[in-house]
Amino acid sequence: MPKDSGIGASSKRREDVRFLTGAGNYTDDINVAGQAYVYFLRSDIAHGRITGLDTSAAEAMPGVVKVFTGKDFEGVGGMPCGWEVTDKHGAPMQEPAHPILAQGKVRHVGDPIAAVVADSLEQARDAAEAIDLEIEELPAVIDMKAAAQEGAVLVHDDLKNNICYDWQLGETDDAKVNEVFAGAAHVTTLDLVNNRLVANPMEPRVAVGEYKRGTDEYTLYTTSQNPHVIRLLMCAFVLGLPEHKVRVVAPDVGGGFGTKIFHYAEEAFCTFAAKACNRPVKWTSSRSEAFMSDAHGRDHVSTIELALDADNNFIGLRTNTYANLGAYLSTFSSSVPTWLHGTLMAGNYKTPVVQVNVRAMFTNTVPVDAYRGAGRPEATFQLERVVDKAARELGVDPIALRRQNFITQFPYDTPVALTYDTGDYNGTMDKLEAAADLAGFAARRAASEAKGKLRGLGINCYIEACGIAPSNIVGMLGARAGLYDAATVRVNATGSISVMVGAHSHGQGHETAFPQVVADMIGIDESMVEIVHGDTSKIPFGMGTYGSRSLAVCGSAMVKATEKVIDKAKKIAAHLLEASEADIELKDGQFSVAGTDKSVAWGDVTLTAYVPHNFPLEVEPGLEETAFYDPANFTFPSGAYACEVELDPETGQVTIEAFTAADDFGNIVNPMIVDGQVHGGIGQGIGQALLENCAYDENGQLLSASFMDYAMPRADDVPFYGVDHSSQTPCTHNPLGVKGCGEAGAIGSPPAVVNAVLDAMNSGGKAVDHIDMPVSPSRVWAAMNS
Amino acid sequence: MRLGALPPDPRDIYSQMKGGSAPFGKEDEMYSFDFEKPSSIADAVAALGAEDAQALGGGQTLIPTLKQRLAAPSVLVSLSGIAEMRGVCVEDDGALVIGGATPHAIVAAEAAGSYPALAALAGQIGDPAVRNRGTIGGSVANNDPAACYPAGVLGSGATIVTNTRQVAADDFFEGMFATVLEEGEIITSVRFPVPQAASYQKFLQPASRFALVGVYVARFADGVRVAVTGASEDGVFRWTEAEAALNKEFRPDALTGLSINPANMIADLHGSKAYRAHLVSVMTKRAVMASL
Amino acid sequence: MKVSMTVNGRLVEGDVEGRTLLSGFLRDQLSLTGTHVGCDTAQCGACVVHVDGVAVKSCNMLALEADGAEVGTIEGQAHADGSLSVIQQAFQDHHGLQCGFCTPGMVMSAAALLKDNPRPTEAEVRKYLEGNLCRCTGYHNIVKAIMAASGQDVSHIAAE
Repeated sequence: MPKDSGIGASSKRREDVRFLTGAGNYTDDINVAGQAYVYFLRSDIAHGRITGLDTSAAEAMPGVVKVFTGKDFEGVGGMPCGWEVTDKHGAPMQEPAHPILAQGKVRHVGDPIAAVVADSLEQARDAAEAIDLEIEELPAVIDMKAAAQEGAVLVHDDLKNNICYDWQLGETDDAKVNEVFAGAAHVTTLDLVNNRLVANPMEPRVAVGEYKRGTDEYTLYTTSQNPHVIRLLMCAFVLGLPEHKVRVVAPDVGGGFGTKIFHYAEEAFCTFAAKACNRPVKWTSSRSEAFMSDAHGRDHVSTIELALDADNNFIGLRTNTYANLGAYLSTFSSSVPTWLHGTLMAGNYKTPVVQVNVRAMFTNTVPVDAYRGAGRPEATFQLERVVDKAARELGVDPIALRRQNFITQFPYDTPVALTYDTGDYNGTMDKLEAAADLAGFAARRAASEAKGKLRGLGINCYIEACGIAPSNIVGMLGARAGLYDAATVRVNATGSISVMVGAHSHGQGHETAFPQVVADMIGIDESMVEIVHGDTSKIPFGMGTYGSRSLAVCGSAMVKATEKVIDKAKKIAAHLLEASEADIELKDGQFSVAGTDKSVAWGDVTLTAYVPHNFPLEVEPGLEETAFYDPANFTFPSGAYACEVELDPETGQVTIEAFTAADDFGNIVNPMIVDGQVHGGIGQGIGQALLENCAYDENGQLLSASFMDYAMPRADDVPFYGVDHSSQTPCTHNPLGVKGCGEAGAIGSPPAVVNAVLDAMNSGGKAVDHIDMPVSPSRVWAAMNS
Repeated sequence: MRLGALPPDPRDIYSQMKGGSAPFGKEDEMYSFDFEKPSSIADAVAALGAEDAQALGGGQTLIPTLKQRLAAPSVLVSLSGIAEMRGVCVEDDGALVIGGATPHAIVAAEAAGSYPALAALAGQIGDPAVRNRGTIGGSVANNDPAACYPAGVLGSGATIVTNTRQVAADDFFEGMFATVLEEGEIITSVRFPVPQAASYQKFLQPASRFALVGVYVARFADGVRVAVTGASEDGVFRWTEAEAALNKEFRPDALTGLSINPANMIADLHGSKAYRAHLVSVMTKRAVMASL
Repeated sequence: MKVSMTVNGRLVEGDVEGRTLLSGFLRDQLSLTGTHVGCDTAQCGACVVHVDGVAVKSCNMLALEADGAEVGTIEGQAHADGSLSVIQQAFQDHHGLQCGFCTPGMVMSAAALLKDNPRPTEAEVRKYLEGNLCRCTGYHNIVKAIMAASGQDVSHIAAE
């Protein structure tokens, strides 16, 4: 029976009411008295040297408050990178400066050169057009492999080349890897591209900086997934401000998907300019601006080789990847192609030898960083595509080949640094086979063929790693931050509870799901618990929301804090009931003495905590506890996905006819929200597979610079999805047994779609090994007519 | 669910101003211009006599263009208030006449009985909200190489009626974004002879949902017309070889072996020249099939 | 220039420029910030409002073009007593929103659809939403919510 409240219940989302009535409070809805507006003059060329920059005419324009250029930021820190990757020779990555406004050179279309602050945005934009700018255009480096060549044009003159790092994970002995491949009965090799994407949350980024002269205090309102991280980075590395004088607020945020993790120049600028102009300064990105200033995602070019023995056991895997980092290192960009990607290359399989090689490149393109899945989709796509190709080459059933090689014993130490704590890949595949009615596929294919269409079935598995931790390990790997989280449970006198959490909710439904946990632990109504998030002045600390970590990490901190609260409340209850603390039980909001009918209600205990007249002397009044939680390990959600497509051989048009996901997320707090997360991830994965393509021309002009050319998935591009999460192996090391579900759909779906398209093409008699994403009609047609 | 947090009447919310309000918002990034909304064609023509004046149809293409600051009109003259330019009617000779300021949604609904293929075309432009604003006059005057209406107008052999003259569709379109319209000339209506059968087949550009290739086939008593949009660097055009073949035999098979030269096709992110040329054939066949 | 219109049943007046968009007028002058702006090419649909009974993209319409019009926004969709409209309630019941940014436009488009087509098929709903982008939900629960709001039984549509 589904529960109707607490952990496991599909409680309706309380935050919906404000969003459905137009009463949300997004950053662009915030206007501060006296605010001025900033317009950024951005480079329209990919690479150039600034030879002249005269702002005097602009400064004289009506309404202009101040015009800023790189000169105003000399001596101010640049945008920091939060992860130092060590290359395979032991050297630190090359880490170029990333200025707030261009210092002498522009390195991508969209690179900010100057900023005009004016009374209105129109005046700022008018004045920006009056800036006299001279740029000497330089050859642009766009292609990653060309960027790696000796003698390539340098994106950063002060670096020795365009290679940020040359990194390796897994087997370091090349001879041993070569030996495995030499001895293989079969080797499948695949070259593939993981297409560059733009996250495109529907809310463009916004920043409002405010400075109070009287108290020397700053407030930054920003569209962020992690306000504390922004405050820390901006204060410690960029502007050199005292953290206690800076408040960062991320109010309602209209989607993030990774691209709102990072600390952006516009945030630091608005904070800085608010003091420099002595006025609040607001920036609202247009969508066009977002395309050239939000960090992009993916953009890997890889070769993957899979070695199998005569019994079709996987015996070796080797990958060589070029990863595009763009022109600068965005906040976590360096970690994505390395620790978030290489560590997942073992997948769900017990391949004994794995070697991952990644070369990361600087190019004259927008910086690339984490986008939903961040490294794990790239790993999954390579692996699940090569396994599928191997099955086709060997003429074996792709599901059987996968099952044969599944890891079945846990915990399992992979050859690429992870220890999977738990999982049941065969059990999850069983769920998929039933839910997707794979037995009925042949009949569905026949029906499609009767209409002149080809039908394909694509299967894949995935494993991902969420709640990246613990801090001491990630610190050894180069992270310049801890990856714990924090929560404060503040019980009010009347028994209602405010929980201040470091995680940020921008669509994930924390305001509903987190209270389910606390209410369940105490046995009170969910409506008595409220979540407070998104404001550094209200919350002790937090690392924010990304990497499907919120419930597993911050939720665990919340559980720990709630346990502390309950422990203290039991002391008070014991005093009131004149019993031993050890005998106090809490159930359904009542403290009772075990084995008796003596009890006291939650609300009486909490009131006593704040009106401590009859109170244990050794206990402090009040009822509020904080906990920090640093996980012992990652969590490892996994799953198996099936996609059915229909392909029109005349036009190459592919339609998704069915999509089924079977996931193992461990325990689940709110099944409705989990389903929604999977739906959204699948939608984005289908977008990557069929539609989305962030493309540059050879001069570094962005070809897909608006929704007119960047194809976002629409309602009629996707079907209803089947979602099954009844395969549940609880996480072994966090108190809730939860694993995280936010990214799974985006990780698991692209290979399922592409495998299905290839199955359809091959069923039509056309032997096609591979097709790159997005699998557009023109590409399908070209592949079928090559 | 009750909305306890809202004022007693949620419709009063705008009386509660937030903070210090800005005079104008980020959406108004266009260059400054004046605005006029005449109620007659004569007044509109007079208003368009001003230097750098520009007519505003539904604005569904013009406003995004203005936001990019790609145009700087001194005054926009809205045609939406001119009653005589709105509406759909069938004349005595059977021709369908659509007022130049008629939104696509009105055409989709009101022409469905008299000229279903054209109504279907109108119902495929943009999306529902765009169709409620975008007008036939604006679309035809703009002559976007991927727009739908130019195919319907040329494929139907329609007549473009302006405030000064009547121009046959064959003489009207002059390549990408170019027409014979003079400065200040307004499309007051478009007059469509109604064919015996017709069909518009649109293959979507996946991002913009304009036509990657759209083919309009119309079969009249005196011959077949085939107009193609989305495909050519010269904008909408008639595929005369297909017309000749279909005049001999109006069946999809009549097109077998016919192909269009890819040389002048558009090549972009969404399709090569060869792909577009191929789609022209496929969409033409499908339009014929749908017209049988 | 002076502009006046009826917004959610109330006559409002304002002073705008020629270039002021309807979305800007609603958001900045009337503080009706439920109408969102998510793109500049008239594609995302977060700004959809009703003008004289039909859905339009308010970021693609000049405020002066709405002079004298009846305008409906998301703030006017709930019942007078504050309870959610049938469509709003269906969105909550079926988890048809996540971050909430596209939601006002989705609700306004859904209301326009159901006015014209009270019992749309799944395909009709999906087609009608061509001009409304959502990045969170994969559209599953939006389509489901709109079909439920039309009084159709959606219990067969996959959930958990």
